[in-house]
Amino acid sequence: MAEHAATMAHQHQFDDAEQQRSAANLGIWLFLATEILFFGVLFAAYAITRVRFPDAFAAASRLTNLPLAGVNTAVLITSSLSMALAVHTARHGARRATVGWLSLTVALGIAFLCIKAVEYRFDFLEHLVPRLDFRYEGAQADQVELFFYMYFFITGVHALHVLIGVGCIATIAVMASHDRFGPSYYTPVDVVGLYWHLVDVIWLFVFPILYLVSRS
Amino acid sequence: MSSVVIGADENIASHENYLSSGWNWRSWLLTLDHKRIGILYVVTITLLFGIGGAAAALIRLDLLTPHSQLVSIETYNKLFTLHGVIMVWFFLIPSIPATLGNFLVPLMVGARDLAFPRLNLLSWYLFVFGGLFTIYALLAGGVDTGWTMYSPYSTTYSTSHVFAVATGVFIAGFSSILTGLNFIVTIHEMRAPGMTWFRLPLFIWSMYATSLILVLATPVLAMTLMLMGIERTFGIGVFDPALGGDPLLFQHLFWFYSHPAVYIMVVPAMGVASEIISCFCRNPVFGYRFMAYAILAIAAFGFVVWGHHMFVSGQSAYAGTVFSLLTFLVSVPSAIKVFNWTATLYKAHVTFYAPMLYALGFVGLFTIGGLTGLFLASLGLDVQLHDTYFVVAHFHYIMVGAAVMAFFGGIHFWWPKITGRMYPEGWARFAAILTFIGFNLTFFPQFILGYLGMPRRYPEYPPEFQVWNVLSSAGSSLLVFGYVLPLAYLLWSVKYGAKAPANPWGAKGLEWQTESPPPTLNFHKTPIVTEEAYAYRTESAHG
Repeated sequence: MAEHAATMAHQHQFDDAEQQRSAANLGIWLFLATEILFFGVLFAAYAITRVRFPDAFAAASRLTNLPLAGVNTAVLITSSLSMALAVHTARHGARRATVGWLSLTVALGIAFLCIKAVEYRFDFLEHLVPRLDFRYEGAQADQVELFFYMYFFITGVHALHVLIGVGCIATIAVMASHDRFGPSYYTPVDVVGLYWHLVDVIWLFVFPILYLVSRS
Repeated sequence: MSSVVIGADENIASHENYLSSGWNWRSWLLTLDHKRIGILYVVTITLLFGIGGAAAALIRLDLLTPHSQLVSIETYNKLFTLHGVIMVWFFLIPSIPATLGNFLVPLMVGARDLAFPRLNLLSWYLFVFGGLFTIYALLAGGVDTGWTMYSPYSTTYSTSHVFAVATGVFIAGFSSILTGLNFIVTIHEMRAPGMTWFRLPLFIWSMYATSLILVLATPVLAMTLMLMGIERTFGIGVFDPALGGDPLLFQHLFWFYSHPAVYIMVVPAMGVASEIISCFCRNPVFGYRFMAYAILAIAAFGFVVWGHHMFVSGQSAYAGTVFSLLTFLVSVPSAIKVFNWTATLYKAHVTFYAPMLYALGFVGLFTIGGLTGLFLASLGLDVQLHDTYFVVAHFHYIMVGAAVMAFFGGIHFWWPKITGRMYPEGWARFAAILTFIGFNLTFFPQFILGYLGMPRRYPEYPPEFQVWNVLSSAGSSLLVFGYVLPLAYLLWSVKYGAKAPANPWGAKGLEWQTESPPPTLNFHKTPIVTEEAYAYRTESAHG
């Protein structure tokens, strides 16, 4: 714990470590608010287009790959659990456990991206990529293509967030392995954890609107 | 707001300050000091203001004659687009928050720096990169969509460099978001002991409200521009009617940001005016709490009025009615502010230094701009006035008349604090009056032109409109002098101006209790606040 004492010192603009922690916390919550508005545009655009073309969107969502997306949902929710456990262990100064949980989170995040890549490949083989070689025989082919445009846009932006999250978690895993966190300083774990949970929560909205609604 | 500050003597400081602590490129380009970053912003936005202003000057020159003789019609389209894009996103949005706000927020709340100094420097770099993208687009041939970039013109038909400009604005947007985030956290977490919420200067309240808008509105613009750019690149998207997309959706999303953006420009101006008027009246701001609540109310209402830009765009009549009503509601807190500034002046011992002239100019121009906004909020009248020069005049009264007057007022007011030098008072008063006259001569004729039916964005007009256009162009040449003059004498004063004492105006506020220019960590000892804001009357003698 000797090394970790050095990093406990707060930055010059703060009065004490508590103020620094509190500021970081408010900062990340504000950042998450901006993320919600960022994705909010996509949800609004999706909702409006869907209301205009309910039949085309229902037909299109049946073409999405539910088994892979279902597995991916489970993977991402599990990664949120391991992230929450990492925050818990970091707060209690359990270095090895923290590194372990963070590594598991990174692994699950990478697994999510790999499964997503496989899913994109299947979409490609089924000619569902708009403007590339999109082929659809049924009615309202243009609107079905629009659905897949939204599908790739929303899942693409989400996957970018997962990728950034994986990078951040890997970084704090390295920090944790150098014993940088303990009961008095675990802000980076906390902050990255909150971001990761938000990415997870956003997926919990993306998944039903793209894969589940009116699928039956 | 007198308070205990140890070591901040009233005399001119001779020891180390934030300007004297290093003068190589690293000490500026890698600085984490909020005061230096504020100065980096001042330099950057002054350059960009020059570019945007030059475009405006060419537009006014071209409009001297009924036929577009100076530039081709395509060039004219590019000029007004360039003017709009640069002035809105690269001058007005960052003008007061990123310069004066950066400099003053930590000083006014009694902190050593913003909560996240590295993020603050990153904001400036993002802003510069965004600006470079936009300047690239300008050099590569320009953009002709208008600053609003409406689809499907921007997504499908325009052959100009829409993508580069959208990218530039997208990047600069993150600068806005991070600055807003930094201010909110600083104001929440880093106030000095005794600095309660209702002791905060109104400038801080205005920065707080502005930051909320920056944080909550800018992501919407960023994602909308991303959708637009990708739609333009791949030929598919939610805005293109050919595939079933909705061009109105773009307008909704665009104005969801861009209406609140007007408040990003004018709310900080209200904060600056409150500080200046109170100081030169030696009166507390009348109805302080109402002023604070009014600022928050304006920011909140600002989010629910965007539809008033779309009264004639095919939005439903019900939506139009609701947006019209909500827009009228904005006038209530705005009027509270004008009345309270007036009440602050009532029976006061007013001194007319240059910042005060600018601030009074602000109040007058804001009133005209605000009242003409009510014309445009009326559903019936707007059909006649929509997209005419009446609209152009209205928003220039708010965004240039009000916001830029206040920006110049603020720059003069805090110049001694920022540089440690006094500006030449006579020249400054002359420039303030010249700007006021030039501004009104430029833009008042445009109300008449718009009322008569001259549409905006047209390079040609019927000959009977020429007299009003000539008046407007003549006014703009005065305005050029009004803006260039301060640039000249302020730069002169940095070297030759008289040395400024810590508090040349006898003003309240923590920023005046430290030296001019302040030391790197702002205060030698954390100040302890024991009084309300603007406690001018409690002092028997004042400077």
